[in-house]
Amino acid sequence: MPKGDNKNNFLKSFALVDLINRDDNLKRLLYITIFLFVSMSVLAPDTFLTFRNFSSMAYQFPEFGLLSIAIMLAMLSGGIDLSVVGIANLSGIIAAIIMTKLVAAEISGIALFLGLLLVVLVAISIGVLAGLLNGFLISKIGITPILATLGSMELFTGIAIVITKGYAIYGFPEAFLALGNGSLFKIPAPFIVFFLYAIAFSVLLNKTTYGFKLYMMGTNDIASKFSGLNNMWITIKTYVFSGILAASAGLILIARTNAAKADYGSSYTLQAILVVVLGGVNPNGGFGTVLGVILSVLSLQFLSSGFNMLNISSFAKNFVWGALMLVVIASNYYFNRRKEKKAKESA
Amino acid sequence: MLDKLLNKHEFYIALTIVILAVFITSVNSTFLTVANIFDLIKSSLVMGILSLGTFFVIVSGDIDVSFPAIAVVSMYVTSKLFNYIGFESSIIAAFLLAGAIGIVLGLFNGFFVSKFNVPTLIVTLGTQYLFQGFLLAFIGTGIINNLPKSFNDFSKMSLMNVKQGRLIYSLPASSLILLGAVILTWAIVRYTKIGRGIFAIGGAPEAAKRVGFDIKKIQYFIYGYSGFLAGLAGIVHASIIRAANPFDIVGIELNVIAAVVLGGTSIKGGKGSVLGTLLGVGLIVMINNSLILMGVSSYWNRFVVGLVIIFSIGATTYRNKRGEKNYA
Repeated sequence: MPKGDNKNNFLKSFALVDLINRDDNLKRLLYITIFLFVSMSVLAPDTFLTFRNFSSMAYQFPEFGLLSIAIMLAMLSGGIDLSVVGIANLSGIIAAIIMTKLVAAEISGIALFLGLLLVVLVAISIGVLAGLLNGFLISKIGITPILATLGSMELFTGIAIVITKGYAIYGFPEAFLALGNGSLFKIPAPFIVFFLYAIAFSVLLNKTTYGFKLYMMGTNDIASKFSGLNNMWITIKTYVFSGILAASAGLILIARTNAAKADYGSSYTLQAILVVVLGGVNPNGGFGTVLGVILSVLSLQFLSSGFNMLNISSFAKNFVWGALMLVVIASNYYFNRRKEKKAKESA
Repeated sequence: MLDKLLNKHEFYIALTIVILAVFITSVNSTFLTVANIFDLIKSSLVMGILSLGTFFVIVSGDIDVSFPAIAVVSMYVTSKLFNYIGFESSIIAAFLLAGAIGIVLGLFNGFFVSKFNVPTLIVTLGTQYLFQGFLLAFIGTGIINNLPKSFNDFSKMSLMNVKQGRLIYSLPASSLILLGAVILTWAIVRYTKIGRGIFAIGGAPEAAKRVGFDIKKIQYFIYGYSGFLAGLAGIVHASIIRAANPFDIVGIELNVIAAVVLGGTSIKGGKGSVLGTLLGVGLIVMINNSLILMGVSSYWNRFVVGLVIIFSIGATTYRNKRGEKNYA
């Protein structure tokens, strides 16, 4: 399918069913997700199809989902962000340090609430600053995104290691831990945060001029430059958004584990890229949806929870994941080729 | 002559290394001892061998993140198999088998890269998971501490022994593997058509195709060769550590890519040199190993490496950008 088609469709309406029907990759992804869900339900009916399992899954995937959306944004612009895990850990650690001070001060009530608000603001600001640095290096200096964020990943992780000297920071106020472990009407808090972000970024990408410009720049940056868009500003904004998402993931992460560590989840980076690509985001930029990424994250979660229940080595999960990736690459290639052939014949 | 030198990226990297070496020595004179230099060489062996394969991949305009998985699979399978059949006689056989496993896995990469038009970062991410996942799920997760006798003999072999006081420092024989890999890679670049092809498809793929380079064949070669070197690096790693740990090596990929790019290889392909690649590896290993000599805690390692990557690549990019403007 030519990219232009997707975009026109995209702008006309955004009904979910329509979108899934129109986008073959998304349709296939939906089948994969349903297939994994059904097969896990059949294989482990007593454990997989339980409220407890769903609840525990809803606690686990949000931080990873946020990181995936962060990487997706960078990919839409035609770049990549390898530094998201570094940003998440750095903001988590700064937040953790402030919170240990709050706990030591033994404040409560309004003061504690304001203190926690400050913690969140500071963490998010670190995400913004980190994103600004990435955006600056990429658009102003002109470093290839993969290298710029590779360097900044080392830098952010480095700062986090220097601050903590490699130790974990723990002991946060109960009120903060609710962000990772609490629930509202039985809906896990991390899931609510993820849901809000997912909606916000869907709207941002589909309903705002920024989103339109981002897709346009990702499809063809030279064309977008000559049609008068400010590529530099779009790029910077994109990496700032990515930084905000990463910092939020960092907050959920430390709230869920009640500890902040400099080198937590370093394997998340490549895993998140895999998820994003499986989610149908074009690694060359210009095409991809939040919905696709969510489906992809859910498939991963079904797979890994299911494997746990079936007592299959968690390493087999990586094997299946890699195999799935290659199958998707190959099948996309053949599907698209068949389609091109058909298009040629009918023309 | 001087002009030519000043235009070479390798010159700047070498200069950085020299300045850094002088500085470190002035703070702590143990830097320039045989013991420390042997130690530096030992630390850079695995990364050095891996970087040469990555060098080809990046010069051709691609990115590969699966080579550490190939290295660890080759290492572990070879060690386990040799233990199982009780084969102890020759380390050369181990290198041959590991290299062969590496080539097979590398060609698997080559197939996906040349057949499907997908960014190679994505393909090799998939194969990294596939290879390492297969190893850990189906072959084994335990650390093999009792390596075959030939491994142990090889790890004790040394090219040169230097006595300092009561201690003896030695240069491991596996340095020869790096040396061999360097010469082979250099020769491919310098003397073979396929070597020129690698640069050609990285610099201008369309032009390379038109002058008759077989892009698919070249890609198979690049990934096969990279897999081969990864296999060798796996055995070198096991011989240095004196154990085969299936969780080792994977995770080094981004560092190796950083080292190669630091050495002046253009991430967009078409430009780079073996010498630069080695200097890049040398610089990263030197920073990682020497901060502690300067009384800086090793906690600063990653921070400093990050700064070096950003500044070095930023400076090069900025210089190229200005250069382009001058042409226009």
